[in-house]
Amino acid sequence: MNRIARAWDSDLAYSFRHSPVAVVAAFVALLIILAAALAPLIAPHDPFNPASLNLMDGFTPPMEPNAFTGNTYWLGTDNQGRDIFSAILYGARISLFVGFSAVLFAMVLGIAVGLLAAWRGGWVDSLLMRIADVQLSFPSILIALLIFGVARGVIPPAYREEMAIWVLIVAIGLSDWVQFARVVRGAAMVEKAREYVQAARVIGVHPVRIVLTHILPNVMGPVLVIATIGLALAIIAEATLSFLGVGVPPTQPSLGTLIRIGQGFLFSGEWWIILFPSIALLALALSVNLLGDWLRDALNPRLK
Amino acid sequence: MIAYVLRRIVQSVLVMLVVALVSFSLFRFVGDPVATMMGQEASQADREALRDRLGLNDPVIVQFAGYIARAASGDFGISYRLQQPVMELILSRLPATLELALISGTLAFVFGVGLGVYTALNRRGWLSGTIMTVSLVGVSLPTFLIGVLLIWVFAVELQWLPSFGRGETVDVGPWRTGLLTPSGRASIVLPAITLGLYQMTLIMRLVRAEMLEVLRTDYIKFARARGLSDRAVNFGHALKNTLVPVITITGLQLGSIIAFAIITETVFQWPGVGALFINSVQFVDIPVMAAYLMLIALIFVVINLVVDLLYYAVDPRLRLDRAAARH
Amino acid sequence: MTEPLLSVRDLRVEFPNRRGTLTALDGISFDIAPGEVLGMVGESGAGKSLTGAAIIGLLEPPGRIAGGEIRLKGQRIDTLSPEQMRRIRGKRIGMVFQDPLTSLNPLYTVAQQLVETIRTHMPLSEVDARKRAIALLDRVGIPAAARRIDDYPHHFSGGMRQRVVIALALCAEPELVIADEPTTALDVSVQAQIIDLIKEICAERGAAVMLITHDMGVIAETADRVAVLYAGRLAEIGPVRDVILDAAHPYTRGLMGSIPTLTQESDRLVQIPGAMPRLSSIPTGCAFNPRCPEAFDRCRTERPVPLDRPGGRQVACWLAAKESAHG
Repeated sequence: MNRIARAWDSDLAYSFRHSPVAVVAAFVALLIILAAALAPLIAPHDPFNPASLNLMDGFTPPMEPNAFTGNTYWLGTDNQGRDIFSAILYGARISLFVGFSAVLFAMVLGIAVGLLAAWRGGWVDSLLMRIADVQLSFPSILIALLIFGVARGVIPPAYREEMAIWVLIVAIGLSDWVQFARVVRGAAMVEKAREYVQAARVIGVHPVRIVLTHILPNVMGPVLVIATIGLALAIIAEATLSFLGVGVPPTQPSLGTLIRIGQGFLFSGEWWIILFPSIALLALALSVNLLGDWLRDALNPRLK
Repeated sequence: MIAYVLRRIVQSVLVMLVVALVSFSLFRFVGDPVATMMGQEASQADREALRDRLGLNDPVIVQFAGYIARAASGDFGISYRLQQPVMELILSRLPATLELALISGTLAFVFGVGLGVYTALNRRGWLSGTIMTVSLVGVSLPTFLIGVLLIWVFAVELQWLPSFGRGETVDVGPWRTGLLTPSGRASIVLPAITLGLYQMTLIMRLVRAEMLEVLRTDYIKFARARGLSDRAVNFGHALKNTLVPVITITGLQLGSIIAFAIITETVFQWPGVGALFINSVQFVDIPVMAAYLMLIALIFVVINLVVDLLYYAVDPRLRLDRAAARH
Repeated sequence: MTEPLLSVRDLRVEFPNRRGTLTALDGISFDIAPGEVLGMVGESGAGKSLTGAAIIGLLEPPGRIAGGEIRLKGQRIDTLSPEQMRRIRGKRIGMVFQDPLTSLNPLYTVAQQLVETIRTHMPLSEVDARKRAIALLDRVGIPAAARRIDDYPHHFSGGMRQRVVIALALCAEPELVIADEPTTALDVSVQAQIIDLIKEICAERGAAVMLITHDMGVIAETADRVAVLYAGRLAEIGPVRDVILDAAHPYTRGLMGSIPTLTQESDRLVQIPGAMPRLSSIPTGCAFNPRCPEAFDRCRTERPVPLDRPGGRQVACWLAAKESAHG
């Protein structure tokens, strides 16, 4: 049997094929990710090129020709005549970029801390885990806000705008590493006590090699679950920070920024400016969350 | 018992010290303490004098001790942006946040436990399935979107409830409350639901998971085997055992409600400490950030302590000396 | 012949799962006379505990009774409504579980659990129920029962807790007590005491006992009759003495071979080669045929029917059928 056939036949794949929710969620998530990745090719307009914007096109409702120019936009335009559909594609691109980067950062940091704590033990372990405990007792959005605020205090005002997206990634990543660290540490402690690991240590196998061959493979399941759910959380965190006006700068609007902009037009009746970015954000966050939920159940049948 | 309480108090003080150190570093190294203390229009000579008086040339540890001493007396300096003592700002806005947090916390707990128990007991029912699916949407729905959605439906379209502010308020001693006026009560409805919904989903999912776990235990099977009624087994035995861990986590949720109020207060322009904090982050108003951090940490630590002591009171197993636990 | 207290006929329990239906119990039939002690033995997974759970109506979903009938004093109980069945549990059939450490709710005192159970089944006042509870604890051998009754379960040792569990199972004077591996989790030193207690106290109250265990030695000392289960089917049933001294089924002989005795002539215990089949892959014919040293063709194709033998014995084995036909 070749690899693909074996993968198809695995319990995970079986459970995937028999979970309509997981299939639909995976489809929606992939669709959004693809659309965002290919935004420059798909988007009918470039929402960031001021030259292509026509203020006369502003406030065009969805699927209706504009009163002045006669242009029609699927999802309408905002006050500056920006095509909402294109803005969503580019916005999702930024949301996903921040989300993936933050999770990757949190994962690398968390795995490193977890392994270090398990391997060194003693005071290193207690110190790291105490820090994790204290941080875990505070909501991650608060941690991210604080880190963001501090970074703004440290970075000179001239650079704030262009650094904003990286600051955001670090802030979200730093607020989210604890889960990874705990799971990896727990699994590593168990493996460390196993006889074959002890034996490998005795015969002088390099610790990095032991970690790579014995410990990491054992924690990939839980890490994958945490990363998936973490991605949903990171996307939500980014949207929240941007909505609060402390995230990405308005020149690079993410989905959260678009919603922030749209909120201003809710009372004057231009509902489409806020509705479509909100739907896109919800679809993205929900589908990733559902995938994470399914993955957790599939890898832990006992919890069902 | 006393040893346990003491140990927990020492732990709490340690956590506060760590947070104070972070707060101090913010205040001292990221911000400019002189500007903080004096405001921006003070003369250069005055600044030097203050710098000296504050002992900014002293060893850092001495400065840290001074910071803690001042913080303990409620002195966090002056806001860069608003040019008012930080403590005054926070105290004037705290009632708004606490009222919001308590009401939404109560809503979240009552409905969270109720729905959690229902979905655990009727695990295979269609209504439970629906509730669980909706709750997943609830977890994925960012708080600010819930707020925007509620504003759209109830304030813009139906025009039933106000979309921003606290409405009319009344001063009861130092406490400015919105709960005594009709417009104040109407104003808190949407923010409280927005803030409580996410916590409610979390509590509900937690209660469900804990309860399912408890329903699988031997003592529940044995209770059924003794012919106790479903009511006695589910609500007398299973629920009590479920609530023990739930209390801990729910208590901690109350702390996150106060933190999550940042978002709700921004959406509804609610004049609480959360909105103050967001503005301080936007304008890099370091003294306010540092003070807010200490305040939140204090609230968390106190809640943590109370919850632990409560846990101790509820679970008889913890009241027992370690030595007698097994024999 | 007197009417049996409990009569099980052709009991069949199934577990539907995603790959089909597992038959966990198949064609189980036996009687228990009033006051009799019936031992039920078999390897783990043979269906002993499941039989108990089916009788008391507490099969874990998705497990269900798919065929046969269970009668208590002639009244059919497997078709009763959940509420009617609940009234029988504890009142007419008591149950003792395996692990006393987990059978008692840790958050309630022993008094609360006893009084609740007594008052569920008997029209007694709180005070009278408490008196009865103290008398029961005293009877099961808890020293200073009147004082210790207000302790929490964790204050008692494992053996003492199992005595409490027995008191709970017996508190409404049941006619039948199902004891599911009541000593497995206990120290060897207290196992015999607990078994003696169950036997004694049931004898004095005229309650029958269904003693589930994998320990042939316990059966030999305690039971009047014994039923041997293998892979969800009844291999053999009969008076203990006869079955032990002259087992008719090769599997029972194998089990007997695994009891060490002082007078044993051989140096080593006899072992049955192989392992019990999984429920999903029970071989055709006799379930035991792949491990049976004496299996012949018919055993591999045709399932043995239970065959009555003199002395109130029954055996499901073609070899025994052949022998009795010849003899």
